[in-house]
Amino acid sequence: MRCHLIDALPQVGGQLSEIYPQKPIYDIPGYPEVKAQELVDNLMEQIKPFKPTFSLGERVDHLSKQDDGSYILTTSDKTKVHTKVIIIAGGLGCFEPRKPVLENLEQFEGKGVAYMVKNPEQFRDKKIILAGGGDSALDWAIYLSDIAERVTLVHRNETFRGAPDSASKVFNLANEGKIDLILSANLKKLSGNGHLDSVFLEDKSKSQFKIDTDYLIPLFGLSPKLGPIADWGLTIDRNAIEVDTTDYSTGVERIYAIGDINTYPGKLKLILCGFHEAAIMMHSAFKYVYPDQKLSFKYTTVNGVNSF
Amino acid sequence: MVTFTVEDHDGNRQSIEAPGDMGLSLMEVLKASEYPVLATCGGMALCATCHIEVLEGKQELGYATDVELDQLEALPEYYPTSRLACQIRISDELEGAVVKLRGEDN
Repeated sequence: MRCHLIDALPQVGGQLSEIYPQKPIYDIPGYPEVKAQELVDNLMEQIKPFKPTFSLGERVDHLSKQDDGSYILTTSDKTKVHTKVIIIAGGLGCFEPRKPVLENLEQFEGKGVAYMVKNPEQFRDKKIILAGGGDSALDWAIYLSDIAERVTLVHRNETFRGAPDSASKVFNLANEGKIDLILSANLKKLSGNGHLDSVFLEDKSKSQFKIDTDYLIPLFGLSPKLGPIADWGLTIDRNAIEVDTTDYSTGVERIYAIGDINTYPGKLKLILCGFHEAAIMMHSAFKYVYPDQKLSFKYTTVNGVNSF
Repeated sequence: MVTFTVEDHDGNRQSIEAPGDMGLSLMEVLKASEYPVLATCGGMALCATCHIEVLEGKQELGYATDVELDQLEALPEYYPTSRLACQIRISDELEGAVVKLRGEDN
């Protein structure tokens, strides 16, 4: 069976490479200790003979069932993939930007409110408010200060925890009058007629003031969300997909769920269990991929690696 | 056993009892008590999905450590006594404390 992997992150490895690549793991059989990224690298090496293919940095948005039971998946970049079986190994979902709690925030999304800077040119000669105190807020404040008409960085504290180098650059830019730095202040309210035109801030003494702007870019890190998976007709229990432990199938034929994204009585969120679920699931999926063939169980020790 | 109180997002309070000698974290006990805590990173202070606010008992529990602040400061909102539940051990310091679930993910 050929396998194509689609992941919203720009690299393979999920949580291991994204959240804790340098952390040691002690409960992988055969490895007394292995760093998360090292495990991912080893898995990539081990899977090579099977020539998997990848669409990275794309999120599966839509499934369309075909007459023969197969599916066409469409990604956020409009890539289409035709498949006989779908395996959701989505961990905790996709990492999406954290949104501040502000009335009318959704109303201005795409109309002045952006959660990431995809194309800096979009902000040329515009007034921008950046909110946040982490590395990305600092880095973008520095970068956009050359492009935008005016950059205002709003941070709720007096100091930054981002890289000290970036923080001192930001303070220098503010001293030189190249950006406006507003510390000890919080976002309070958005205003505009169709498109954002001003943001109300509140300072330490709880008094509010208004800043005119073309854009607000809140940069408060990422958090995992189930995303479009929630709309695929699967049975969801507390952000996890319920599966049958016979073969880790979901309630929808040809769709399986393995790893942290699934749930069943006795579920343990362990990498080890993910491997087990994958093996059982693959044997079940074979019937959809090769309906005319009989699957015979073989050991690699006896038959070697049956690669492509 | 250590007894403390948990307030959920709706303001409901519940008294929780947990063993203080098993090396458990508050995050693990919250999860085991069916509170909707994601704890994405599994307790490594890397994701802030176990964000809580200490309402009572802050003297005993102390304030957020540097690794916690790295995460907390990235959140859209946090409080002077915000902590990551994964970094609080179930121990005598927690006795009688009141903690409130915080954050959109909890």
